[in-house]
Amino acid sequence: MALEVNGSTIEQDEEGYLVDLSSWTPDIATALAAEEDVELSEEHWDIINFLREYYEEYQIAPAVRVLTKAVGKRLGKDKGNSKYLYSLFPYGPGKQACKYAGLPKPTGCV
Amino acid sequence: MAMLHIVNKSPFERNAFESCLNHASAGDSILMIEDAAVGAITKTAFAAKVEAALQDKSVYVLSGDLAARGLSEDRIISGVETVDYAGFVDLTVSNETTQSWL
Amino acid sequence: MATKKFMFVNRKAPYGTVYAIESLEVVLISAAFDQDVSLAFIDDGVYQITKGQDTTGIGQKNFSKAYKALGDYDINKLYVEKESLEERGLTLDDLMELTWEDEDDDYAEKPSIHLVDRAAMSGIMADQEVVISF
Repeated sequence: MALEVNGSTIEQDEEGYLVDLSSWTPDIATALAAEEDVELSEEHWDIINFLREYYEEYQIAPAVRVLTKAVGKRLGKDKGNSKYLYSLFPYGPGKQACKYAGLPKPTGCV
Repeated sequence: MAMLHIVNKSPFERNAFESCLNHASAGDSILMIEDAAVGAITKTAFAAKVEAALQDKSVYVLSGDLAARGLSEDRIISGVETVDYAGFVDLTVSNETTQSWL
Repeated sequence: MATKKFMFVNRKAPYGTVYAIESLEVVLISAAFDQDVSLAFIDDGVYQITKGQDTTGIGQKNFSKAYKALGDYDINKLYVEKESLEERGLTLDDLMELTWEDEDDDYAEKPSIHLVDRAAMSGIMADQEVVISF
């Protein structure tokens, strides 16, 4: 799979995750979301940016449970629950948000 | 005929490194790469064997493999030299033969 | 599902073989199953959690940072064998500071690493229901 963003071709694996994590840009996130008919809001970006920081620090994509707990700590309790995260990322906050953030699929996700 | 012996297994896990030291001749060179790099550090249970080898052999360690395992160069046994990949190539060129102890 | 005592035993240095990173992946997956997970670092396994790892020279991903996330996964029993460190010229100071936050104690940061001697390690192993060795 591949995606055209700003004239360059971005390689994706068979599930749509970026092959080269370092090639990520915000425009790519927007394009990946558009493929799934999602328009990224401020709230989406909060989670995407949080995931990128998490990956930078720990070199892993967090499991949903870990993500939920960490978001609650960082962005407030009203956001650190699965209802809120699923409202933003209905395909699963782990899978969908990690994809837009240019991270690998979370370990343990099937 | 000087030989370059390349070891890539930790001396604490397999006996390939020890066997290499037992078979290398005076004037030979020994290069620690990959997991064998941990053998370059002082005060380990294996250090005395490397120190003994230094009496009549040259001993090298690949710097990138040391750093990857969180081991700083100021901890290596005195007399052991660090090399980078270019130094690795130089060693293979300057020795007539190379033996890998897998 | 009944909770069982799982121990993952790490015996290999990182990067030279895939055992260390494979073990870490399985450990992270195991956290999803709400089991009582502990990790043992014996023999060359102690090199997996040394501080200051820099893999730029070997072109591999530095996955040592992921051990710092184990606390978030509620994995906070990391047993390190004293003799294994000593044989390798290492001390506790050479290892990363790995901690977890105790929710029941006002999120106090507590150390995850427990230094144990060989006899104690063998006792901890004997106490497990499932032991998976890498």
